[in-house]
Amino acid sequence: MTKLTMTVNGRKMSGTAEGRTLLSDFLRQDLGLTGTHVGCDTSQCGACTVHIDGLAVKSCAVLAMECEGAEVTTIEGMANKDGSLSVLQQAFQDHHGLQCGFCTPGMVMSAAALLQDNPRPSETEIRHHLEGNICRCTGYHNIVKAVLAASGQPVPEGVTATD
Amino acid sequence: MPKDGIGAPTKRREDLRFLTGNGRYTDDINLKGQLYAHFIRSEVAHGQLNSVSTTAAEAMPGVVRIFTGEDFVTIGSIPCGWQVTDRFGAPMQEPRHPVLAHGKVRHVGDPIAVVVAESLAEARDAAEAVEIDITELPPVLDMKAALAPDAPKVHEELTSNLCYDWGFVEENKSAVDAAFASAAHVVSLELVNNRLIANPMEPRVAVGEYNAWDDQSTLYTTSQNPHVIRLLMGAFVLGIPEHKLRVVAPDVGGGFGTKIFHYAEEAFVTFASRQLKRPVKWTSTRMEAFVSDAHGRDHVTKIELALDAEHNFTALRTDTYANMGAYLSTFAPSVPTWLHGTLMAGNYKTPLIYVNVKAVFTNTVPVDAYRGAGRPEATFQLERLVDKAARELGVSPIELRRQNFIKPDQFPYQTPVAVVYDTGNYHATLDKLIEISDHAGFEARALESKARGKLRGFGIAHYIEACGIAPSHLVGQLGARAGLYESATVRVNATGSISVFTGSHSHGQGHETSFAQVVADMIGIPATQIDIVHGDTANTPMGMGTYGSRSLAVGGSAIVRATEKIVNKAKKIAAHLLEAAEADIELKDGKFSVAGTDKSVDWAGVTLAAYVPHNYPLESLEPGLEETAFYDPSNFTYPSGGYGCEVEVDPETGEVTILAFSAADDFGNIVNPLIVEGQVHGGIGQGIGQALLEHAVYDDQGQLLSGSLMDYAMPRALHVPFFRVDHSSCTPCTHNPLGVKGCGEAGAIGSPPAVVNAVIDALHRGGYTGIKHIDMPLSPARVWAAMQNS
Repeated sequence: MTKLTMTVNGRKMSGTAEGRTLLSDFLRQDLGLTGTHVGCDTSQCGACTVHIDGLAVKSCAVLAMECEGAEVTTIEGMANKDGSLSVLQQAFQDHHGLQCGFCTPGMVMSAAALLQDNPRPSETEIRHHLEGNICRCTGYHNIVKAVLAASGQPVPEGVTATD
Repeated sequence: MPKDGIGAPTKRREDLRFLTGNGRYTDDINLKGQLYAHFIRSEVAHGQLNSVSTTAAEAMPGVVRIFTGEDFVTIGSIPCGWQVTDRFGAPMQEPRHPVLAHGKVRHVGDPIAVVVAESLAEARDAAEAVEIDITELPPVLDMKAALAPDAPKVHEELTSNLCYDWGFVEENKSAVDAAFASAAHVVSLELVNNRLIANPMEPRVAVGEYNAWDDQSTLYTTSQNPHVIRLLMGAFVLGIPEHKLRVVAPDVGGGFGTKIFHYAEEAFVTFASRQLKRPVKWTSTRMEAFVSDAHGRDHVTKIELALDAEHNFTALRTDTYANMGAYLSTFAPSVPTWLHGTLMAGNYKTPLIYVNVKAVFTNTVPVDAYRGAGRPEATFQLERLVDKAARELGVSPIELRRQNFIKPDQFPYQTPVAVVYDTGNYHATLDKLIEISDHAGFEARALESKARGKLRGFGIAHYIEACGIAPSHLVGQLGARAGLYESATVRVNATGSISVFTGSHSHGQGHETSFAQVVADMIGIPATQIDIVHGDTANTPMGMGTYGSRSLAVGGSAIVRATEKIVNKAKKIAAHLLEAAEADIELKDGKFSVAGTDKSVDWAGVTLAAYVPHNYPLESLEPGLEETAFYDPSNFTYPSGGYGCEVEVDPETGEVTILAFSAADDFGNIVNPLIVEGQVHGGIGQGIGQALLEHAVYDDQGQLLSGSLMDYAMPRALHVPFFRVDHSSCTPCTHNPLGVKGCGEAGAIGSPPAVVNAVIDALHRGGYTGIKHIDMPLSPARVWAAMQNS
């Protein structure tokens, strides 16, 4: 076991890890950040997506040791400072972009990285970008809609949510 | 009327925790002193299990104990919850299903031994040192071959691999045969309903905990129905009475049927935690899920339709082989029978129907309900066959359907397959589908595709579904070993806020939002004052759980009944406070008033009086305001709808692209249209997955070739378009208090035949008129091969 320190959601955090410990397990088990989910074992589902030094990465495909000193952001760090939902998170709620919620952290982290690089992505660009994130509940319709809405673009017709 | 009552597209309250990483799923639960279980599973499909040697592994670091099948020989069998009676009146063959394999292994993934250790890594390391000696036996895989007299047997104690040979309605068989003999036209089709793997994004997890001080066991599990698990595991497997066993299903990351069933891993962690007096946790890996979660579908069918000279349907006959896998999963026997045969009338007036189903044991993972469960299989057969009939007769598939539909004035409609449809308007949903899919503009779009060298096709399907399962007395006659009511407790607190405890479980359906809307609407207070509590047998009344699109129709109705009791009692209290007759009290917008006067007391005034009964009719009324109701429906509900798919086929590669997908559903009344729309989207996504991508494939040795997310093609955002969804054609259910029908499975039922019909249409338009059918999934390779062979 080796001691390991990284900045997670703006706070310096330390824990111990084996050489084989995955970042996803380190976040969940050692740091208690269970918002990052593990949905597969082949880096296909994307539920474990986090940001490492600003890039969206599947945390099940990274060793914790590789992240010594890194800046890591997880779903727990995505809300506004006052605790309210960010524009992207709010769009997911407004457009019913989640059902069971299990893929949601990865979807939000992946979509946030897209909007950082491409503030007004087309529907096709959104669908391409989310190829590495599997959702079994929504048929993707409302996820794509939420990302379009979060980037200030028109969305296809449908039910408009109320508070 | 509160703004967030029935009919409001209220945003989901549960989203706040899910969007901020504050959900609490089973794998997020870690208990003090917890041990980790790693299952060692069979790598062969069929074999004699000669020995399991654990000596070397037991000496490995961190190992606490290794369990084998020997530890479970005196423990109960994993039970089956439904007994089907065969054509000849005999019960189905029902083999023992041990928690851990003993003597034999029967499918790849069959659990053989479990290493329990201080850490998961240590458990996995030690598993490498467990020596297992197996003599391989020839596997039984093909269902028809499994029924040959000399086929190896999956279970030696049974007379054959046939679980049951079911006929329905047996008395109709000769009349059906006679109708075929005198038919003007007979159309037939042989098809496969491809084996699927549900793959909810959260893999299964089970944590067992035992407290010696009160002799209480707790199981935390990824279940759609914690009370059912408590009953099955407590009473039939481990012999733990209900009052000593608590089952908690916290946030669950999708179910789709595969989390209904009671699994060996749940019994194992509960048993091991009692043996070791420490919590034991098991978390499935995704690859483990592929070989241990119950699979879905896997039917092989021949279906025939008889028509008269005017193209009226006169009889229908089907012959299906249904794969049960190696053991009977909880509801497996009911899926190809009562959830399938009873739907073969579809939306049509066909007067004579006979359904034969042979359920077969094979050396594969058990097969059970997956989103739709039997109803997608029925709809797929019927809607593919009607399309084929239209093509062979040279008539419009839309008009042939319309001609044979049950008419709106014919409800209630008694079908020849036992069920009575209470309401529906199939002409209306079909008309709406034609409108929203812009069918009128299709030919122009097809020309545009042709100009680009692509083949465009349009296909429709019109489904019927039986939801809200179901009257207990009826399902009891059909073989269910459980009642299928639902219960609810409504607890009004002194200050007027409300906690509703429901036996329905929410794992994506948004009950916490929509159930609160129902209660808010009935009392006239904001939904924000109402909490929905579910998923814990310790604090909710008995529950039968969430499946078969039954939560709102059955669980919601129980909440309505309990809330009615609350309102009745609250009116008595209000009458006392207002010194008026109870009959004169009216409840509107959260205020009780005396009819025709300006005297009133608000909701909180009444609830406070119930708990601070200083001025209260104690001689005739108990204090407090809490009521429980059990609701047992009088019939199934019958959602229906028209689905339309527009595809483009690339003739060079066989690749199918879905350009548009439209759905016009009749779900009865709707509580939250935002949630309903989302349920339809998700169902369509899964149906498109079945039609184009997904397939659980075994090789001839019984190895699951599509055994990971690298190999099993799940639909991704790129595979689907935006959907057009309409639910304005509503005929309310006549027999439940909300008039609701259920919307959870519709998308997965209606979409596969619409997709396949569209692809066949595209191919015929492209001149490939020899193609009668292509089995799902319609991969580029299959479509291309069909074109080459045409």
